[in-house]
Amino acid sequence: MLSRTAENLYWIARYMERAEKTARLLEVGARISLMPGAAHGYRSEWDSILRASGMAECFARKYGDPVQRNVESYLFFDLDNPSSIASCIGQARENGRVVRTALTTQVWDALNTAYQELKELARTERSDLPLSMLTDWTLRHGAQLRGAIDATQLRNDNYDFLHLGYFLERADNTARLLDVKYFVLLPRVEFVGSGLDNYQWTTLLRALSAHRAFHWAYGGEVTAAKIAHFLILNPQCPRSLLTCIAGMSDHLDRLARGYQRSTNVQSRARAILGELSELSVDDIFDEGMHEFLTRFIGDVGGLAGLVNDIYLSGDMR
Amino acid sequence: MAEFFNEMYEAGQIRAPYARLGDWTEAMPAELRSLKQAEAEALFRRIGITFAVYGEGGDPDRLIPFDMFPRVFTHAEWRRLERGIVQRAKALNAFLVDVYNRGEIVRAGRIPAHLVYRNEAFETAVVGFTPPRGVFSHIVGVDLVRTGPDDFFVLEDNCRTPSGVSYMLENREIMMRLFPALFRENRIEPVDGYSEALRRTLASVAPAKCDGEPTIVILTPGPLNSAYYEHSFLADLMGVELVEGQDLFVEGEHVWMRTTRGPQRVDVIYRRIDDAFIDPLCSRPDSMLGVPGLMDVYRSGGVTIASAPGAGVADDKAVYTFVPEMIRFYLGEEPILQNVPTWQCAKRDDLKYVLEHLAELVVKEVHGSGGYGMLVGPKSTAEQVEAFRERIIANPANYIAQPTLALSACPTFVDEGIAPRHVDLRPYCLVGDRVELVPGGLTRVALTEGSLVVNSSQGGGVKDTWVLAE
Repeated sequence: MLSRTAENLYWIARYMERAEKTARLLEVGARISLMPGAAHGYRSEWDSILRASGMAECFARKYGDPVQRNVESYLFFDLDNPSSIASCIGQARENGRVVRTALTTQVWDALNTAYQELKELARTERSDLPLSMLTDWTLRHGAQLRGAIDATQLRNDNYDFLHLGYFLERADNTARLLDVKYFVLLPRVEFVGSGLDNYQWTTLLRALSAHRAFHWAYGGEVTAAKIAHFLILNPQCPRSLLTCIAGMSDHLDRLARGYQRSTNVQSRARAILGELSELSVDDIFDEGMHEFLTRFIGDVGGLAGLVNDIYLSGDMR
Repeated sequence: MAEFFNEMYEAGQIRAPYARLGDWTEAMPAELRSLKQAEAEALFRRIGITFAVYGEGGDPDRLIPFDMFPRVFTHAEWRRLERGIVQRAKALNAFLVDVYNRGEIVRAGRIPAHLVYRNEAFETAVVGFTPPRGVFSHIVGVDLVRTGPDDFFVLEDNCRTPSGVSYMLENREIMMRLFPALFRENRIEPVDGYSEALRRTLASVAPAKCDGEPTIVILTPGPLNSAYYEHSFLADLMGVELVEGQDLFVEGEHVWMRTTRGPQRVDVIYRRIDDAFIDPLCSRPDSMLGVPGLMDVYRSGGVTIASAPGAGVADDKAVYTFVPEMIRFYLGEEPILQNVPTWQCAKRDDLKYVLEHLAELVVKEVHGSGGYGMLVGPKSTAEQVEAFRERIIANPANYIAQPTLALSACPTFVDEGIAPRHVDLRPYCLVGDRVELVPGGLTRVALTEGSLVVNSSQGGGVKDTWVLAE
């Protein structure tokens, strides 16, 4: 397969996953803004959301104060924002158009329909578009695309590069959302363990569509330790860091078997997976959640770099 | 222009090839027709076959209008066209091999030297080089018009990268889906062998250094190109990679493509980019579309480029006048298909005639295409004619003129029902170890009443083109 084709497939998945992350962030913001006491001198929840998306400064330059309506526009529709849902879906579809022949009709349909409907949404009166409808819409189209991929794509290297994109982006997103919760949302350290703290944890679970799943898995009281275990170490959770790294490692191994050639990206993925499997929640809190997550995000970035050098540049000798 | 040949009706009678289509249209009420039209449009959209018009901006996902009324040829009509086109394709390739070598036809005084050697499309980089099997132009698109039952004229030859073949294939697919009964009642020769024939043609011209099954690729300028859909469509049908310049590189004596398994050698490149962009080391250093060093590999027999660089010298509108001479010179045969009489504005006498008869003529730029920069005298206002006159006087060598032909018309669905609209035809001739064409081609139709301009960039549409089996 052409390296450029692999790259396009990989980015289709990354952009769609990223669009979902932005939708989840919007949902977190909307929920937090509904809780009482938001006006008690805390950093504004919408400001936190912008920080989480890494776009606070660009937003401030364009709009000034983080007013909900503007944040919504910026994160959903604004094409000046490369992480907005509209930008991501546009990019995913463009990547798909270039490799149209590597996709099944159903997969292309899912991508193209999302894009066409998005153009329709952009023309619709904003008052007719409640935020919850926009986030639901995004998650629904994400699910349709994944469903089409699973149901119709051949299990060849195309499939592996799509999934590498998904797992990589998802690992990065889960880590960043966790980090935001821990580092950005809580105004001061004495709030740890407070009602506000727990409310935010719960909101985070909802944003990862994992609220019910969490209760099925753990039951009882929501604690930081349980949630950290769920989102980092639990192989049952579809968005946990362990699941994502296991998925990457799995697809990298499939590639190595198909190409009859193992490289250092396979061994690196296995090493990260090995380390995660050995960890306990206590280890993570001992290291410091933020420190652990920063290190993990770096590891994932390193893997992405290796995938790029080895498969996407076409220079493997 | 009142008189023109109607391909379906002659003296009030339905002509034989259209015999079964009379009942078909009568049995189709207006509601069913609009239903089918909507279905066709939805199918085209779904497939993603869209057309971007050069220089117009606007919607890159615009659909080219599809007319459901087919255009029909009898077996006998087609066989004659086929022989004429094959003859032409052979002569054009013989001419190209000749002018890049000894130039016998110029020495014999059958074509003026400056038309060849001072032609912009003459590629000095390939002088003395003969591509595998002596083929420069592997896909020849011959644009034909018809003025009577047996009168066909060649309007122009396209020796470089004629486009539109995907419409030929898709139009047929869609017609078969919409009207399966029509295909049971009429015995229509299939066109879907085209992609396999193209692949075989390209494989047959693999370079000397290729041992074993050649690796073929299609080289595209990228998704912003108006014909990108066609590039990806053909790559998909042939099962070959669709590459951009950035996917290829030259190392040693070969061209390689970057794949997820590492570099893979490429033997035949069907390029859909212009000559000037093939190798930035040879022509345009600013080009990002081509592959640096490609021409060196090509000239040393490491890779075949189709169509070969330099093929354009055979298809410009000034050289066109001499194609009948080429047929006589190289093949020793009389041309089966006629040229349209052409006045060269570069010649003093011709120019005089053209300026005196401007309101009756069609005037085109020598290097123009796509229906741009042309004047259709009888369809233009006096001001337009005068404005064009000044452009010709300013640069006569840039223009040729032809009589305004009474193009044949084919029944076409219009708002008011069915009405004749003017059509042309582009069949695609493949040249490799053999010279062949699939029975069919792209019929373009001028959808505006009375219009003679069929180009899709100027509001033309397309039709399915049938050749009836014997």
